[in-house]
Amino acid sequence: MTEPVIFEYSRPGRGARDQWPREGGAAAESDLPEELRRRRPPALPEVSELETVRHFTRLSQLNFSIDTHFYPLGSCTMKYNPRACNQYAMLPEFLAHHPLAPESHSQGFLACLYELQEMLKAVTGMEGVALSPMAGAHGEFAGVAMIRAYHRARGDLKRNEIIVPEAAHGTNPATATMCGCIVREIPVQREGDVDLEALRGVVGANTAGIMLTNPSTLGVFERGIEKVAHVVHEAGGLLYYDGANLNAILGKVRPGDMGFDCMHMNLHKTFSTPHGGGGPGAGAVGVAARLLPYLPVPLVGREGERYRWLTEADLPQSIGRLSAFMGNAGVLLRAYIYMRLLGRDGMRRVGEFATLNANYLLKRLQLAGFDAAYPQRRASHEFIVTLKRQARELNVTAMDFAKRLLDYGLHAPTTYFPLLVPECLLIEPTETESKEVLDAFVMAMSQIQKEAEHEPARVTSAPHTMPVRRLDDVRAARQLDLTWKPKG
Amino acid sequence: MSNVPPDLRYTKAHEWVRSLPDGTVEVGITDHAQHALGDLVFVEVPETGRRLKAGEQCAVVESVKAASDVYAPLAGEVTAGNPKLAQEPETVNAAPYGDGWLMRLKPAPGAIASAALLSAADYQKVLDAEGS
Amino acid sequence: MAFIPHTEADVAAMLAAIGVERIEDLFDEIPPQLRINSLGGVPEELNEMQVGRLMSERARTDGTMLSFIGAGAYEHHIPAAVWAIATRGEFYSAYTPYQAEASQGTLQLIYEFQSMIARLTAMEVANASLYDGASATAEAALMAVRANRKSKSARILVPTTLHPHYRKVAVATASNQGLRFEELPYCSAEGIILPASLARYDGEDITALVIQQPNFFGRLEDVDALTDWAHAHGALAIAVVNPTSLALLKPPGEWGMRGVDITVGEGQPLGVPLSAGGPYFGFMAARLEHVRQMPGRIVGRTLDVAGREGFTLTLQAREQHIRRAKATSNICTNQGLAVTAATIYLSLMGPQGLERTAGAAHARTRELLAMLTRIPGVRSAFTGPYFHEAVLQLDRPAATVLKVLAREGILGGLDLTGYYPELGNALLVCATETKTSADLERYRTALSEALQAARAA
Repeated sequence: MTEPVIFEYSRPGRGARDQWPREGGAAAESDLPEELRRRRPPALPEVSELETVRHFTRLSQLNFSIDTHFYPLGSCTMKYNPRACNQYAMLPEFLAHHPLAPESHSQGFLACLYELQEMLKAVTGMEGVALSPMAGAHGEFAGVAMIRAYHRARGDLKRNEIIVPEAAHGTNPATATMCGCIVREIPVQREGDVDLEALRGVVGANTAGIMLTNPSTLGVFERGIEKVAHVVHEAGGLLYYDGANLNAILGKVRPGDMGFDCMHMNLHKTFSTPHGGGGPGAGAVGVAARLLPYLPVPLVGREGERYRWLTEADLPQSIGRLSAFMGNAGVLLRAYIYMRLLGRDGMRRVGEFATLNANYLLKRLQLAGFDAAYPQRRASHEFIVTLKRQARELNVTAMDFAKRLLDYGLHAPTTYFPLLVPECLLIEPTETESKEVLDAFVMAMSQIQKEAEHEPARVTSAPHTMPVRRLDDVRAARQLDLTWKPKG
Repeated sequence: MSNVPPDLRYTKAHEWVRSLPDGTVEVGITDHAQHALGDLVFVEVPETGRRLKAGEQCAVVESVKAASDVYAPLAGEVTAGNPKLAQEPETVNAAPYGDGWLMRLKPAPGAIASAALLSAADYQKVLDAEGS
Repeated sequence: MAFIPHTEADVAAMLAAIGVERIEDLFDEIPPQLRINSLGGVPEELNEMQVGRLMSERARTDGTMLSFIGAGAYEHHIPAAVWAIATRGEFYSAYTPYQAEASQGTLQLIYEFQSMIARLTAMEVANASLYDGASATAEAALMAVRANRKSKSARILVPTTLHPHYRKVAVATASNQGLRFEELPYCSAEGIILPASLARYDGEDITALVIQQPNFFGRLEDVDALTDWAHAHGALAIAVVNPTSLALLKPPGEWGMRGVDITVGEGQPLGVPLSAGGPYFGFMAARLEHVRQMPGRIVGRTLDVAGREGFTLTLQAREQHIRRAKATSNICTNQGLAVTAATIYLSLMGPQGLERTAGAAHARTRELLAMLTRIPGVRSAFTGPYFHEAVLQLDRPAATVLKVLAREGILGGLDLTGYYPELGNALLVCATETKTSADLERYRTALSEALQAARAA
């Protein structure tokens, strides 16, 4: 079931000729100095249009996707990507719109962005929103940079420490370092909440801020969040909210109300813009009033009935420009359309049904004999099942379960994150899945458990029905093969 | 149970130190460390001639699941980095105390004494406390 | 509409299974004072039909202008097959390929993309993409600091002929990590960096030199001399290139005596629509010796347990989810869909199609410049070689002229007054293969009339 690499279809002189302009490079050649000209054409594949279409269509068929499979990846929010969002974001006028088109001819587009800013402010309880960061991690970068700018503007130059719970997503400490900060990690308690005593021990005059997700990466709500906010604010630090888990509380709780000063939203998670095989996402940022001057540019402003761009001239203390143009504009339009489709009641239902589905799935898995990492807690929109007992008693790991699930037509949940919980599966069903799909997942897990007990090899050597099985990562890293070369 | 040769000295950061007859020392990572990392895919050793302070980051060992910094167990000057590891990083897994040595250092005066290296027995206690 | 499939019966059964009365009970761990009942500030829902009307109205309000602007985003013909395939559900709604067995389609596509970029740029290795050309430039500077062990200064020389937004993004992204960006002035007669002007840095510790080709003005820099200067002075050479131009121009891997160390650029011209500024993608390629310093994802080919070839993410130990605070970058994504489109586009175009596209775009620009410079009050700012974009100087303010053109539905170019005041009334114009002779004539007439009107006023 393998598909050759496209270069293997290449034949000299072949190509989608009808797609090329009729004239060649003659005019250019005479203008370009000899020493700057390319001597040999680039070795791109020479294939016909039908060969191209077939090849990439077949490649697509090798993928799992939300459109084809249940994809309960914890902390990724793999909900249905509504087709309407794509269709209307790709109207020809939007596709043909140049980023530097004059405001006079951009009012329709700017209206969509402005309203998106306003809606995001409303759902998060923030005073200002900027849309240009192009991914969650990019939004995090903007957030921590704004926190640093805030302290610097007040002459508070010693504040360069960012506190991060040990359960945090890897982007959090990586972001802190990118902003020139030092990372201080604090432990999490047995029930999943941040250790307040440890926090008190670590805050001080050097604290720039703390980065938190709520519900946390452990799938549970940070019950002491108001106390955490108080401790950090008292010490002069600010609170940053990693919005990866916003789906759990959409329409039910707002980060601004919890005391957060600054946050990013993952539009490709909560607001259902496509994951696209790894991107493009969008990491809009929101801020409380004291951070408004530092928002990254450009933003969209409104004067009466007219919309306009707000740039460095309007925000002289901005942390600056993070993208060449307006970030992932097409992704922003998709998020706008999605939010208009949801409306205020729809958003609340998202939080409610994401939580209902997670709690139902957790309960059914527990009844089927699986161990929850935090059995005494409510699930948020996701929860953790730990397979450390299976690893110890049967020598079957979480990774083995994940691979075997593929044979059942189910994409595995997130494995090995958070690092704190051994042999974990972080499971997030999302609100767009039906009860039958959840029941089928429980059935598959139960089946695999039985297999693990009676014929473990079936699980430890899974998957059996995929195009490849257990790729050699070590070989991939030792014998680097990163670009195709013809054999011989 | 990992291997802890009695004739070597150790650090809490899972490095070993062997005194060589010519007065230099040889440094590597312990069996416990190589096992925790898994199959190594890449090792970076410091250049010859580089002067290191005790505790300074001087090498990197990378597997598919982790990349770890290695710190100088004592102050000194690098007399050699193991040339084999660029092509065969797996040597560290196969022979962490033998062919998988990372570097050799000429210790600065008094460096060995002030490094407060652990004996094999004390290092074993460190491992026991970590629950391995 | 929230795309929630549950019936009332489903909800009742699920609540019973969990052992609670109402959905609200599931939120009982959240302090009641934090819970909200409804969202003010969010309008009521719309159904698809209503949303469709709304978006169509908004699109109609903006219409489509006849565009003669580039400035980092270029209008090229995109074959229909590109996005028909890129928006297939299996590509559109797939996640990052962490479970390799379930993602061979995406992984193989990225491997093919990496291969094409490496060949196009004549570099040894490429990654799976970064956010855009501007952020890729910032990442290249950060990478150069990591890779250039002999240099301690973290000083990066940046020409003022590099796109102004790219320079801003580099500063905003990398200054927090101690990088210092120093601007190199260009020669105002030539519109390029004169290699001789680098002499003032002789003997200084410079970590990297950035070279954009073509530069922001569309002019061609002396890339060989600049690259060799960098290497002779212990600095790495970073190329920022337009991928379409590489069909005709010497690729960065062949600049100077040994080629550049890192190449980046904006991939949008390769099958990605203008789309109001994004999503685009930044490509990055480098010498193999620097691969461990590259940020972002990389796909490698390997074997599985049964000896079959397959693709997987590799060298992940550099990345945020493993290295955490010591990661090469915090980047957690690549521009998946845009990269998918570019890979399909490059397959359809092939070397000849790309060459023809580059050639035709340049020919249109040449034709446009010839027509426009015959208008009194319009002249070319620079005389040297250029590629598919150029600067005109007018005898009236560009802003005034552009407003008049806009009323005719023509986007006449970019007013450079704010970015390069020393150039006077300057306009950056570009014509691609998408423009016909009739289009050029329409522009010529409109510009001529606009200038006459401005003079009369």
